[in-house]
Amino acid sequence: MRVNTMAEMMMNGETPEILFWVGCAGSFDQRAQKITKAFAAILDRVGYKYAILGKEEACTGDPARRAGNEFLFQMMAYQNIRLLNGYGIKKIVTTCPHCFNTLKNEYPELGGAYDVIHHTTLLQQLIDEGRIKLKEGGSFKGKKIVYHDSCYLGRANEIYEAPRKVLEALDAELVEMKRCRSNGLCCGAGGAQMFKEDEPGTKRINIERTDEALDTGTAFIAAACPFCNTMLTDGVKNRGKENEVEVLDVAEMIAASME
Amino acid sequence: MQYLQQFLFVLLSAAAIWLFARKAGEIRRNIFLGKDENLSNNPSQRFKNLLLLALGQKKMFKNPLVALMHLVVYAGFIIINLEVLEIVLDGLLGSHRLFLPFLGKIYYWLINGFEFLAVGVIGVCIIFLLRRNLLRLNRFIHKDLNGWPRSDANYILVTEIVLMSLFLTMNATDQVLQANGNEHYHQTGGFFFSGLLTPFFSGISDGTLITIERTCWWLHIAGIFAFLNYLPYSKHLHIMLAFPNAYYTRLELPGKMKNMPAVQNEVRYAMQPETAPANAPPPDRFGAKDIFDLSWKNLLDAYSCTECGRCTAACPANLTGKLLSPRKIMMATRDRVEAIGKNINLNKQFIDDGKSLLHNYISVEELRACTTCNACVEACPVSISPLDIITELRRSLIMEESNAPQEWNSTFSNIENNFAPWKFSPDDRDTWAVEA
Repeated sequence: MRVNTMAEMMMNGETPEILFWVGCAGSFDQRAQKITKAFAAILDRVGYKYAILGKEEACTGDPARRAGNEFLFQMMAYQNIRLLNGYGIKKIVTTCPHCFNTLKNEYPELGGAYDVIHHTTLLQQLIDEGRIKLKEGGSFKGKKIVYHDSCYLGRANEIYEAPRKVLEALDAELVEMKRCRSNGLCCGAGGAQMFKEDEPGTKRINIERTDEALDTGTAFIAAACPFCNTMLTDGVKNRGKENEVEVLDVAEMIAASME
Repeated sequence: MQYLQQFLFVLLSAAAIWLFARKAGEIRRNIFLGKDENLSNNPSQRFKNLLLLALGQKKMFKNPLVALMHLVVYAGFIIINLEVLEIVLDGLLGSHRLFLPFLGKIYYWLINGFEFLAVGVIGVCIIFLLRRNLLRLNRFIHKDLNGWPRSDANYILVTEIVLMSLFLTMNATDQVLQANGNEHYHQTGGFFFSGLLTPFFSGISDGTLITIERTCWWLHIAGIFAFLNYLPYSKHLHIMLAFPNAYYTRLELPGKMKNMPAVQNEVRYAMQPETAPANAPPPDRFGAKDIFDLSWKNLLDAYSCTECGRCTAACPANLTGKLLSPRKIMMATRDRVEAIGKNINLNKQFIDDGKSLLHNYISVEELRACTTCNACVEACPVSISPLDIITELRRSLIMEESNAPQEWNSTFSNIENNFAPWKFSPDDRDTWAVEA
């Protein structure tokens, strides 16, 4: 599989259908890299012409902004918008709800207006259009899957159904936690919490959420955010359930089930 | 005697309305101590929010049973206030049941309807009192409510029960007096609920009955006036401010944080010095340290909060024992606005009291615990955003005080130098693609 960068495409006089914004977790975090590869593989398989920014991509500034560092956020936004506008980018897909939120909702008033979609929405479209074909009796058939809503996809952007529709296509038994959709409980990573120790308390948020997911007796926890994925994977390990329960991104599940 | 009563009534009404208007004006002034923010775009969507969220109580219906009970109290209280119109006019004109001759049979049905609602209000208020004090629901026994706020909630419920009981007792004695053939008490036809109370008043002399009836009438209307003047000091102010708060709620997706054009410009001037105006004034304060730096909507939020605690019950930080409680953020903001209001009343203008919302009312530890997950915003039935205040205070902490945990400082420097929150080389950003 060959992954083209925008610079390469430009040099060859080509324009991609979509820019795949990989995000920092997807680029550097070993676990999240697997999600990135899975999603890239899906795009490749269905023949979707995409490109990445490669070394030119930089943090959107989301954690800096949420922590309170608006200067740093504005600096990152300025550079990214110049780059994106320079390439004439129209459409962006991203596997990270935080990047998604920033690119979609916060860049437009800074001069960067793009058609931004989250990978779960794109996956749903590709399934609906029949471009993604799933194996009969895939490895998730009949198994329990519980979907964990990412705050930045769900409450922040009101996307609740797309990831569920994608999971339904797996012919699995989709179960819900009591706190789901708009009442979903955070994994504990947002607001730059990912990058610091918890404040003093009685329990870690990721453990609280993992316990709720494990209570459903699920075999798989589906996430749609690399940070949620890390938090829940840590939670499952903490509870010693890593041999029974697997935390996977929606894209990984689809990639593993394609014909 | 009759004229004396009328005179007293006019005096009471005027005093009640004047006191309320004065306090309302003060609250309005306090709210506008916040920064200007234009929230009047898209009026049709705003009216829709007003109808759905405030009038329709859409978010309350996440818990249908509680929503229904709340609706009984709310509708009961509003509709029964139509009866207050007659009471006020009777008080002013010295008449008794002024509307009866005009409405005839309709009057009978109206009062029966009001009584039905009054019984509903009493029933639900009793359930709410028990629920609040005996069921030990986490958000009601929470330490946020220790002291005055907990009493405030109980006072309101008790007052509503008392007001409704007075209304029913008044009608009951009225009916006994009608049956006794007292001319002043016009024949209305029997009312169902107060009719059930009449046996308690049989065998009592007309004089005593009239005294009871008049006392109930006076206490009922005086109680309503007292309640009106209690509202501005109470969490119960939400019955009024929920409406403007729903109307002026932000219409953008909750994920979008408010932009800071001052910082945006600073960065642009640094990157493109040619765009910088020759004598640009230095930007004012970054973020919010005190209520003057918040938007007026944040302050309206604070006054609209009825301390129900749905936000805190949904907050992942609070659920896991952290100090942060979104409800307390709102209560602290209102406390600070009130303190500043008093300061202004006393000194004609605000004299620095050496305190600020940040640090004195809301601590760094609380702010640090927020995951910006928007659960509190989603949970609020009256469209309050505690998150907006939290992020504005965080901005002040970082940009004014350089007050960040060590890990965040590393994150910032990584983002700035390596373009990622971790210390990886930007050259390795697409290593995964080679592996793929």
